[in-house]
Amino acid sequence: MINASLKQLSRALATKQISSVELTQLFLERIERLNPVLNAFITVDAEKSLNSARAADARIAAGTAGQLTGIPIAQKDIFCAEGWRTTCGSKMLANFVSPYDATVIRKMESEAGLVSLGKTNMDEFAMGSSNETSFFGPVKNPWDPSRVPGGSSGGSAAAVAARLAPAATGTDTGGSIRQPAALCNLTGLKPTYGVVSRYGMIAFASSLDQGGPMAASAEDCALLLNTMAGFDERDSTSLDRPLEDYARDLDKPLNGLRIGLPREFFGEGCDAEVMAAVRAAIDDYEKLGAICVEVSLPNSHLSVPAYYVIAPAEASSNLSRFDGVRYGFRAEDYASLDDMYMKSRAQGFGAEVKRRILIGAYVLSHGYYDAYYLQAQRIRRLIADDFVEAFKSCDVIMGPTSPSTAFKLGEKAADPVQMYLSDIYTIAVNLAGLPGMSVPCGFAGGLPVGLQLIGNYFAEAQLLNVAHRYQQATDWHLRWPDGLA
Amino acid sequence: MSLTLEQVQRIAHLARIEISESEAITTQGHLNGIFQLIEQMQAVDTRGVEPMAHAQDLSQRLRPDAVTEEDRRTAFQAVAPETEAGLYLVPKVIE
Repeated sequence: MINASLKQLSRALATKQISSVELTQLFLERIERLNPVLNAFITVDAEKSLNSARAADARIAAGTAGQLTGIPIAQKDIFCAEGWRTTCGSKMLANFVSPYDATVIRKMESEAGLVSLGKTNMDEFAMGSSNETSFFGPVKNPWDPSRVPGGSSGGSAAAVAARLAPAATGTDTGGSIRQPAALCNLTGLKPTYGVVSRYGMIAFASSLDQGGPMAASAEDCALLLNTMAGFDERDSTSLDRPLEDYARDLDKPLNGLRIGLPREFFGEGCDAEVMAAVRAAIDDYEKLGAICVEVSLPNSHLSVPAYYVIAPAEASSNLSRFDGVRYGFRAEDYASLDDMYMKSRAQGFGAEVKRRILIGAYVLSHGYYDAYYLQAQRIRRLIADDFVEAFKSCDVIMGPTSPSTAFKLGEKAADPVQMYLSDIYTIAVNLAGLPGMSVPCGFAGGLPVGLQLIGNYFAEAQLLNVAHRYQQATDWHLRWPDGLA
Repeated sequence: MSLTLEQVQRIAHLARIEISESEAITTQGHLNGIFQLIEQMQAVDTRGVEPMAHAQDLSQRLRPDAVTEEDRRTAFQAVAPETEAGLYLVPKVIE
């Protein structure tokens, strides 16, 4: 039952092989046993989870259940959930109990009937690629606890990989779903910007942030996205589009699929064994009937520099709300209102968050705005246009998700620039607003490797199809770490 | 380009983050490393390129100017550091 797919769990619940309460207990026991090692969850509240499970069982008994009613899920601690402590990995919100639900929480729990197992650890305010910036301590990678799970959705990734939860939510501003999915052997999907509501999802960089599913397979991700996506008038950038069944095309054959291979993703800078696994996956796709074409994303090398202007600029503005007045941490001693702001923010934020606020404040300040912020936005346009051009000759783009496998805890923590470069293949996708996935495609030195799939705007169903057919032909996604039974 | 210690302290003040001299020195090193990375942008000729603020080039949606939320003041103030009589308390700003 622990390694079952969401479809299998759904069937087991519908046929009364197991109740939601029993299933929830099964995962809560694993959390109790394994979380002290992995630190994947910040908050667990068994009584709350079991109450939701009882409500789900009642819906199943009454015949009003949906496909995922009663299935447990782990929620990234960036989503506000009413009555749950919601910390965003920060001391600033260490005691914040949310008075309301994010739209994603409302849709998944109140409407679809999924049962929350708790809130997962993450880099502070989603700023990080290793989960080491969390105020609640680093998360360990279940494949090797001396290594990072990736970030910022590292707690969600570790929880699903170690089967502390059947699936989880994540958010992705520069790679925070795809990179941890790659490093923990999961399937993760970042939807097109605007598909999943950002209401109640604590803001980092509002023009880039997007929530999405992290699970064991493309099929699981499709079922989860069906519950997460949809127009929300409470999010001013939510897109008003007809609802889709993201699982509708899962089984479509891949004959004639044109895979674009950007030459910039296959040059220097990627670990050789990672590259070998990615190349082998592309060979498998050719066996499934796909055709490879070379494409170019000539400005992709500028994505990291442009991102580290745009994301901090938006973050410095978003995080100005944390002033110790309406919610969150307030310093103990202060001499004046200004001093209260200065001390509350100095003590409430960690080093990486402060760095990004300072970069943002600088690039938005008088005299530097044009040279940095506007220049970054112009480069963002060039990067987005590169994708438009590339998609004229291909249906999906493929390459590595991350240039390396999971690195050692502490290995990059002292050098922000090295950490930032671990997202070189994922960031351009956020800048363009496109959907992207990471799919398990092999191992290098015993550690998982992720294949990145990038689709055109609103091509989620196609990406899931492309990932699902590969997962029907391979079993990388069915491998689990040892020693966590 | 390279930030001086005074500039780091000035930005920290703008961002309302108290910073000690030793923190400012460490931060200066980190920020200068990051700006070295960012400077790669300056070599690119972007004349005539329209800045892209957003992934979807859509105009902001408008909604009717109507009350849609209920009063939840008590719930929202329950998470505040200090309140009194329905108001948020801050240090005195006018003597």
